[in-house]
Order: sequence, then C-alpha cells, then structure tokens
Amino acid sequence: MAHDIPHEQHFHDPANVTNPEHAEHHIVLPLEYSFVFGTLLLCTALTVFAATRDLGVFNPIVALAIACFKGVIVILFFMHVKYQSNLIKMTVGAGFFTFLVLITMTLSDYISRAWGLW
Amino acid sequence: MSDTIVTLPDQSTARIPKMNYLTKENGLLSWLLTGDHKRIAILYLISISFFFFVGGSLAGLIRLELLTPQSDLMATDTYNKVFSMHGIIMVFFFLVPSVPATIGNFIIPMMIGAKDLALPKVNLLSWYLYVAAGILALYTMASGGVDTGWTFTTPLSTHYVNTHVLTTGMAVFIAGFSSIFTGLNFIVTIHKMRAPGMTWFRLPLFVWAHYAASILMVLGTPVLAIAIVLMALERTVGIGVFDPTKGGDPLLFQHLFWFYSHPAVYIMILPGMGVISEVISTFSRKRVFGYTAVAFSSVAIAVFGFFVWAHHMFIMGISNYAVLIFSLLTMLVAVPSAIKIFNWAFTLYKGSITFETPMLYAFGFMGLFTIGGMTGVFLGASGTDIHLTETYFIVAHFHFVMVGGMLMAFLSGIHFWWPKMTGRMYPEKISQLAAVVTFIGFNLTFFPQFILGTLGMPRRYASYPPEFQILNVFSTAGASVLGVGYLLPVLYLTWSLKYGEIAGNNPWQATGLEWQVQSPPLTENFPEIPIVDHEAYDYEWLERQKEKEVASVG
Amino acid sequence: MSDSTAIAHGTAEAHHEHPPYQRHHFETIAQQNDATNFAMWLFLLTEIMFFGGLFTAYLIYRNWYYPAFVQGSHQLQIGWGTANTAVLITSSFTMAMGVWSAEMRKKGALVLCLVLTFTLGLVFLGIKTIEYSEKIEKHHVPGFHYSVQSFVDPASDPEVYNEYHDKPLALDMARHTELYFFLYFAMTGMHALHMIIGIAILGFMIFRARAGAYTTGHVTFVENFGLYWHFVDIVWIFLFPLLYLINRHPLAH
Repeated sequence: MAHDIPHEQHFHDPANVTNPEHAEHHIVLPLEYSFVFGTLLLCTALTVFAATRDLGVFNPIVALAIACFKGVIVILFFMHVKYQSNLIKMTVGAGFFTFLVLITMTLSDYISRAWGLW
Repeated sequence: MSDTIVTLPDQSTARIPKMNYLTKENGLLSWLLTGDHKRIAILYLISISFFFFVGGSLAGLIRLELLTPQSDLMATDTYNKVFSMHGIIMVFFFLVPSVPATIGNFIIPMMIGAKDLALPKVNLLSWYLYVAAGILALYTMASGGVDTGWTFTTPLSTHYVNTHVLTTGMAVFIAGFSSIFTGLNFIVTIHKMRAPGMTWFRLPLFVWAHYAASILMVLGTPVLAIAIVLMALERTVGIGVFDPTKGGDPLLFQHLFWFYSHPAVYIMILPGMGVISEVISTFSRKRVFGYTAVAFSSVAIAVFGFFVWAHHMFIMGISNYAVLIFSLLTMLVAVPSAIKIFNWAFTLYKGSITFETPMLYAFGFMGLFTIGGMTGVFLGASGTDIHLTETYFIVAHFHFVMVGGMLMAFLSGIHFWWPKMTGRMYPEKISQLAAVVTFIGFNLTFFPQFILGTLGMPRRYASYPPEFQILNVFSTAGASVLGVGYLLPVLYLTWSLKYGEIAGNNPWQATGLEWQVQSPPLTENFPEIPIVDHEAYDYEWLERQKEKEVASVG
Repeated sequence: MSDSTAIAHGTAEAHHEHPPYQRHHFETIAQQNDATNFAMWLFLLTEIMFFGGLFTAYLIYRNWYYPAFVQGSHQLQIGWGTANTAVLITSSFTMAMGVWSAEMRKKGALVLCLVLTFTLGLVFLGIKTIEYSEKIEKHHVPGFHYSVQSFVDPASDPEVYNEYHDKPLALDMARHTELYFFLYFAMTGMHALHMIIGIAILGFMIFRARAGAYTTGHVTFVENFGLYWHFVDIVWIFLFPLLYLINRHPLAH
C-alpha cells in the first residue's frame, strides 16, 4: 500500500502541490513569445503615432491604455502568469491594488484641497 | 502547585538533550554563517535587546530632563536629539523587528511543521542588514545625532536642520530592507512549507498574525524607502519635490512616509496580538473563542491599515474632505481590534485560568492595549484630534499601544517560549514580580501623560510651565519603576541559562507543534515531518497523545 | 491517520537521493521551485511599491504644472525614446527565449540568448547616456546650475522650437520644469540602476550557463531572473509615454 502513493505526496501538504497554490510547470513556446514580441513592437509604434494626433483629453488616456495593455501581455506571457497558480495571480493583483490605493488615496487629498476655498 | 499546569520533569534525572540546535556546531563562525532560523532568531534577540536598552536609556534621559520645568539637564537642542534618537531606535530597531524577527523567526517554522524558513540565506542577510543599519544609527548618535524627530518631517529635515539626517536616513533605509526580507520569508514559508494536514484554518493564530504583518512589511516598506531617498536628494541636491519655493509640496513627503509608517504600527502590534492568542489559549486551557474571526481580524487590520494614514496629517493642511474620509476609515480599524479583545475575553470565560508569568503579561497587554486603542479613536476623530495632537495625549496614546501593548506582548512571548528556546525554566516567582512591577511602572509613567495632554502640554519641548510639574514627577518616578521592571528579566533570564530548572518538552501543556518536540529543538526541528490531524488549540488531542505515550511506554 | 504516519516515516529514510540542487529543508524539488518563484514575485511587489512613490509624485506635479511638463517633455527626443523602447522589448524577448532554451536544455541557444540580452541592455544604457549628456549640456539637470532659458525663451532653442513652436512660459511656470526634469532623472535613473544590476547578474549567468549550470533541468534561477528583467521592461513601458509623449502634436496649445 505504501508503494501506491507517489513519492512526493508524503512529505508536504497536498494542499500545497494541488490547486490553488501550485501550477504544473508550463513551457511557453517560441511561437507564442514571437507573437507577443510582435504585438509589443506594434503597440510601441501605435502609441508614438497616437501621441502625434490631437485627441484632446484622450491623448494621455490612450497612451496609458496602450501601456497597460503592453504591461499586461508581458506579465501574462513573458512572465508566465497566465499559466501560473491562482496564488501568483493574486499576488500580482495585490501589488497593483496596493499601488492604486497609494495613488488614489493620496490624490483624494490633492484634488479636494481647494474645494470650497475660492 | 496543584493549580498550575507546569509539570517539570524530575530534576534529579532530567537532562538537556545532548543533540540540539545549540550544540550541533560550535564556534563564532557557526553562528555568523548559520542558516538555522533558530540561531538567527537568537542573534536577533541579542541585538534587539541591545538596541532596546540603548533606546531605553535615551528614554530615561528624557524623563530626567522633564523632572523639572526648566531645561536644565541638557540644552534644548540636545533634548531634541535625544527624543529623536529614542524614537528612531525604538521604532526601527526594536519595535518593528521585535516579535517577528526573534520569536516569529524561531517559532513559525516549528508551528507549521517545517525544517526551516523557505529562504535561510535571505533570513541571515536580513540580520546582517539589521546590524549594519544599527551600527550606522549608533555612529550617527556618537557623531552628534539627528533632531528631526523620528518622522524626518520636511521641510525641517531638508532645509533647516544641520544634523546627521542623511546617515540616519540611510540607517532607516537599510533597516527597512531587513524588515522586507523577514516579511517576504514569512509569507513564502507560510504558503509553501506547511506540514501535511496543516491547513490554513489549523494554523495557530500566531502564524495568521505574522502573515498579516508580513504583508504590510512587503507592501509598505518600499514606500518608506523611496520617501527617504527623495528626502535625501532634496537635502543634498535640492531637487524641489518637497520644496515649496520650487513648486514642490512638503506634504507629499508625509503622505509617502505615513503610507508606510501607519501600517508600520500594525507591523509592530499584530505579531504581539499573535503572542497573546497563544498565551491566552494555553493558560485558560481553551480553544481561542471565534478562531476564524480572530484570524481574519488580523488580515482586516492589515488591509484597513493602508487606508487610514492621513489621520497623522489632520492639522498639517490636507484637504478638509480628505480629513473626513480618512477620519471615517480610521474608525474602521477599531472593529477588528475590538473583535480580538472580545474574543480573548470570551476565551477566558469559563476557562481553567492559571497565572503563570506569560499570562500576567498577557493580561497587562489586554488592559493597556484596550486603553491605548480607545484613545486612538479620540485621535482618529478629526475634531478631538485637532485639540489633542502634538500634545502629551498622543505620546501617552502610542506608548500605551506600543509599550503597554507590544512590549508586554514581547515579554509575554519571551517568557512563554523561553523554555523552548533554551530548555530551561526561569524562576517563576521573581518573573511574576517583574510582570507586576512593569505593569505598575507603566501606568505610573504614562497615565499622567494623558492628563498632561488634555491640559495642553505640548510634546517635543525640553521645558514646560511649572503647573505641569507634579504630573511629570509622577511620570518620571514611574519610568524608574518601569526601568527596574525591564532590568529584572535580563538578570533572571541570563541566570536561568545556566541554573534554571530543566523544562522538558512541554512545560505549559500547550498544543502547538513546537511543544511536541524536545527543548531546545534539533537543528532540523522535527526528527520526522509531522502529519497534522487535529485543529489548533485542541487540548483533547493533547490528552489523547499523552495517554498514548503512557500506553506505549507501559 | 496513524497508517499514513507510518508510511511517511517508512519512506522518509529511503528518500535521500535528492538532486544536488535541492536544498535540505525542502521536501521536494517542486516545493523548492514554487517557493523561490513565489519569493521572486513578492520581491517584485516591493519594486512596484518603490516605483509607486515616484509615480504618485509624477501624477501630482503633472496635474499641477501641466504646461511645464509639456515643454519639458518636448526637450526629450522621441526617436531615442522609441528606439530604446524597441531595444528593451527585444531584450525581453531574447530573455524569454533564454528561459525557453534552458527549459529545453539547449545550452548553445541559452548562452546566445543571454549574450543578446546582455548586449541589448548595454545598448539601452548607451542610448540613455547620449540622452543624459544632452541634458547636461543644456543645463537641464535639476540642482546643478539648472537653466530655464529654453522655456522662458523657446526660440533660443531652435531645434525644439522649430518642431513644436512652444509659447514662452512665465518665469514661475518655467521654473517648475525643474520638477519635471527631476522626475525624469529620478525615474529613468532608478530604472537604469535596475538595468545595471540586471546586466551584472546577466554577466554572471553567461559564465554559469557556459559551464552548463542551467541546462540540467533546474531552471529556477534563469526563470526568476527573467521575471526581474521583464519587470524592468514593464517599468519602462510606462515611463516612455509618461515622460516622452506629453502633448506631442505640434501647435495644439
């Protein structure tokens, strides 16, 4: 009976090697990397092009949207998060969430400082 | 003795196990290059105690100066340096690493059934960074000190003072990285190193509390680092981000600084709360009431901690609307803190309570933290804050939380796990006396400061109007009692290293995995990795274990 | 439960034939890889928050002093910025291919990828040096004889003026370009510092890779370094539009 159980499962919590904290090692293929690489270059060209057009208030929004898209595909594919465990996905999410808390809560002071004072 | 749970082995035959983490290797290098979390914890314990007494002596100087209304013991600018260095050393070199880096380092891998922390080298690196930062801080102190207060507030720190702001800032920066590495290590260890069967809701609450504190260390500390870098650049190069004459905003520094430094008070208190959960449960022989609520309240404190920082800046000129938002959010923190206190109280209810030293300290914590926490609500309400901030009320408030809360918890934890760390007991009667002396000394020192604060005595001045003297004399007298209370453990704990009675595996009859192995433990903690099939604080499981043992020996 | 305890104990003795790269306190190699990978991600979180402070400062001052930020941005050359973005993205791609080569145990391909990444990193820093020296020449380094000449009198700076025809800024606003340039130097400087550290580690890795250290099935180090390198790339992906592309359409204001 002892021999039925795969070697590895004796020694640590099965919850650690099954979902949601563990993902099997996934090898991303060069073709996928190449697609991402091409998309990133295209987006770079697009963001420079968009900057030279007058889009009014949308200029910074478009620039940031493209940057966010680029960042997300780097994280998902180059950094393998798409194939990672939920734990890693949540960790990345937590980082950006706290970053947004820092920015929005600080700005809540700056945008409202002059309210009612004019 | 019948009402106590300490059942020490027969002292005539008892021996410390020959093989343990202390005897595995010998020589200074075996300590300085160790990867063993238990040895690193001991290294931390020694260095942290040293800095505690440095900071404590500075506190003694402050209280001595405030004995009389005039500034007579030292010049006013010397006084500024003394209280600044007191704050910096106590916050960054004692409170932040106190419980996590010593007790947490030692106990967490054992509690979850692991051989070590996930990253032993990073753990050692964190200690070296701490030591480097500490030496830098001491060097700063020897070469003239700094007088900005521990908050490095701009534009004072960047434009006006002429003291060693840069080296102190550097020391805090490095100490921050030491704390990041400790926190990072804990999170990885708690996620990845648990023994089979040790699910999240079987973890002792000590581990939950450290998990929450570690999140704050990892996400908050880098913001302190960048704030200090910007402050240093502003001071040296004059970059203008914090300089109004160049269009910068000095308040931005405070936003960044408090984004870390408010969560930092939860980094300080959460591990202490973890200690209290263990101690209260063990000495009332009951599972912690509302285990899940206490576990999640730790995480809630950590999360809320990131949304309340601007309550340190109510009178600094931030927007009135931001004051409103931050004031409301601050009240939220009271909820999880109260959940903890109430659940501990319910754990005591109908428990078989015994009054060993760790429990006495834990009672001290519960009372003092409650007062400290509730006065925090006064300060979180923006209306009263405007009146009370920058007075001794706020000094009393955070000393009730940090000294009355955290330091009591630290001492409680040290007394609780001392038999596990060293294999020996300390003399019980004198340690109970020390706990009582600390409690009395503490109240005598800091309670008068609440009154002084409401009467309007401002903080950070070497002199004060003569009508405040009587309360200040009380406070200084209390500080001397408190000093005795802190010196006593150093004496009898050191004494116990050689002469203390042999503790055996589990003198408190506690349920944690760390108590089921020999004391002091083996370097690899467990002869074989345990398989966990019981909940945390399951005293019936412990009884069954003992019966099994008796049966197998018989 | 006692059965399984016995099983675990029985096999514990027999389980000592670990691969050499497995550290003693881990039970399995999967546990070790998971732990180090997770630790790397947590370290990157601290990096996000570290840069977060600078991004917050940027956001506040850009809103307060928009005209100064526009004209400061016009001083940067879009060509160099775009080129550097492309260089960095390519280096990220070669790094990703390096991870793949290590996973497939192709030693030659791994060394090639690492050398390419190393070289592209150096190219990036080279271009950054050209850009920095241009700023030094124009006295646009905050704190070091900073000059507002190009902003109170844009015509005195014909290269930029001919392209954007910026209107002169009032002296008060012109002085706030110093804040823009500080943020430019702080953010790109902090980014460059990360590049330099990355390049140093890459140099070390090339030697180890030539010795075959990463092509035996243990790829964690290459993988975790890859995470770091891609993170540095992401920071630049945000810095590029925020610093270089503020109001780049001529005659719009």
